[in-house]
Amino acid sequence: MRWRRDGHRLVNENRTAATRPAAEPWSGPKRPYDLVKEFVVALVVVSILTVVLAALFSSPDEKQLTLAQWAKAAPNDFVATAATELDGTSGSASYGAPYTHDKSAAQKIGPLAPQNWLGVTTPIDSVQDFVVRPLQGAAVSTDLQAALKQWAGANADQQQKWASVYDTALAAAPDTDPAQIAAGDYGPVPVMMTQLLALAQSGGLDGALLAQGRFYQTDYTKPLLFLADGTYLEDLARAQHLGGDQWGMMNETGNYPGQAWLWLYTFWYQVKPFSTSGNADALVWSLMALLTLVFVLVPFIPGVRSIPKLIPIHRLIWRDYYRDVEGGAR
Amino acid sequence: MTAVPALPEDATAAHEESGGWTGWVRRRALRSFPPDQLLPDKQPIYVASWIYVFGVATIAAFIVALVTGSVLALRGPAWWHGSGLGHYVNSTHLWSVELFMAFMVIHLWGKFFMAAWRGKRAMTWITGAVSFIASIGTAFTGYLTQQNLASQWVSTQAKDGLNSVGIGSYFNVLDFGQMLMWHIVLLPLAVGILVVVHVLLVRRHGVVPPFPPVVPPTEDAVEA
Repeated sequence: MRWRRDGHRLVNENRTAATRPAAEPWSGPKRPYDLVKEFVVALVVVSILTVVLAALFSSPDEKQLTLAQWAKAAPNDFVATAATELDGTSGSASYGAPYTHDKSAAQKIGPLAPQNWLGVTTPIDSVQDFVVRPLQGAAVSTDLQAALKQWAGANADQQQKWASVYDTALAAAPDTDPAQIAAGDYGPVPVMMTQLLALAQSGGLDGALLAQGRFYQTDYTKPLLFLADGTYLEDLARAQHLGGDQWGMMNETGNYPGQAWLWLYTFWYQVKPFSTSGNADALVWSLMALLTLVFVLVPFIPGVRSIPKLIPIHRLIWRDYYRDVEGGAR
Repeated sequence: MTAVPALPEDATAAHEESGGWTGWVRRRALRSFPPDQLLPDKQPIYVASWIYVFGVATIAAFIVALVTGSVLALRGPAWWHGSGLGHYVNSTHLWSVELFMAFMVIHLWGKFFMAAWRGKRAMTWITGAVSFIASIGTAFTGYLTQQNLASQWVSTQAKDGLNSVGIGSYFNVLDFGQMLMWHIVLLPLAVGILVVVHVLLVRRHGVVPPFPPVVPPTEDAVEA
């Protein structure tokens, strides 16, 4: 109903209601609107769309990488990673909170380092967790038993010296191949590395890193950290265009839409100063926290809340309504 | 047969008036959401655009995502890797989530350009915005619990962002068990509650009216 007789006048009800404050109940004309029918139709249509899309496009499932597969496919990378775990230069060993107590390693937002605020909640001792303890659990050979005994009998400085010298020499070896490492005083480290590689290739390290004194286990922090310290996982991920500089956070393995809604979060990592900053994660997260706050509080932010009035997309949305109301005024 | 002792008349009247906590909740609910307002069969004349469909489409996709996720839950998180049927069910879960997020984003932009927070509707916007953020968290934890290469890579990368601001100390994306519980219990529950509150607020305050017309109505104009 567009016009109503009010005494001697014909009143356009749309126009009268249109001038009322938005908080007041709508007093103008209404139209039939079957909410339940709309919902049922939407549910049926979305269900059909889902079933059809799933049948047409399936879903990606790139197989998981085990430590055993890594050790077999890229033994040099595996040993190089293990060597950095032993001399404390791996990503995990030098991470800071929540894994290690090195407060200087934390990312910073100006003078603030929120990474340190809640402390070390998942302690990681890369030497013990990733190398020594797994080897102790598998020390059946006399060579390994002797190597572990020599390692345990040395003081911390000596252990660090062996590990550092070995790590440096390995980095300089052709193809970082442990078999081609220059001669040197590495103490028990070469035997430990060889045995750890063998343990990993047999599949034993996968279980050893997951086992944490309990029968049931769902926490994969240690095997994932060790895996991520190497370069093999990253190589596989980059081949699937998942690298940080490949907009990887919003990508999915294969040719799928992935988490497209993370476009803004991913965008910041592609541009300076974030793309070159050592504090990129902390800076991007704090920026996104700020933008999220703005998003949630849009109704209260002058300027932002006026954008819809300035960009008249609402006139497209309500075009029939405006045509009636403004047409009636002419 | 034992006779039931009758209550004094004034006690009965007092009970009907108060009804205890139950009565208070009933009266409050009816006052806030009269049946005609909670489930109206008419809407203001301006509620006539395809953009209005995307709100209900979002809810529909959310329900489909919950149902397909529940079917996956029947056989556990590893089922879909070794079963053709399981893989198909996983695909329906993925695509329902993609539709859910797509519909929600369209709904969100539509409401932004309608300035749908006008007229004491700020909480409606806020609950919608927070449910969008909670939905991103739900989808993210889904990627973490797929048990494949994507999960391994996403979790080991995401940990750096979360750790850098301290969240990672108690929200460990490398802990599969913790992330699975967040994905299938806590976050869907949060999204579900937020969506219910959001819809109730829409019903309570009604659909936001259009901006006032460009040509202001005058007394002369309304007289035919």
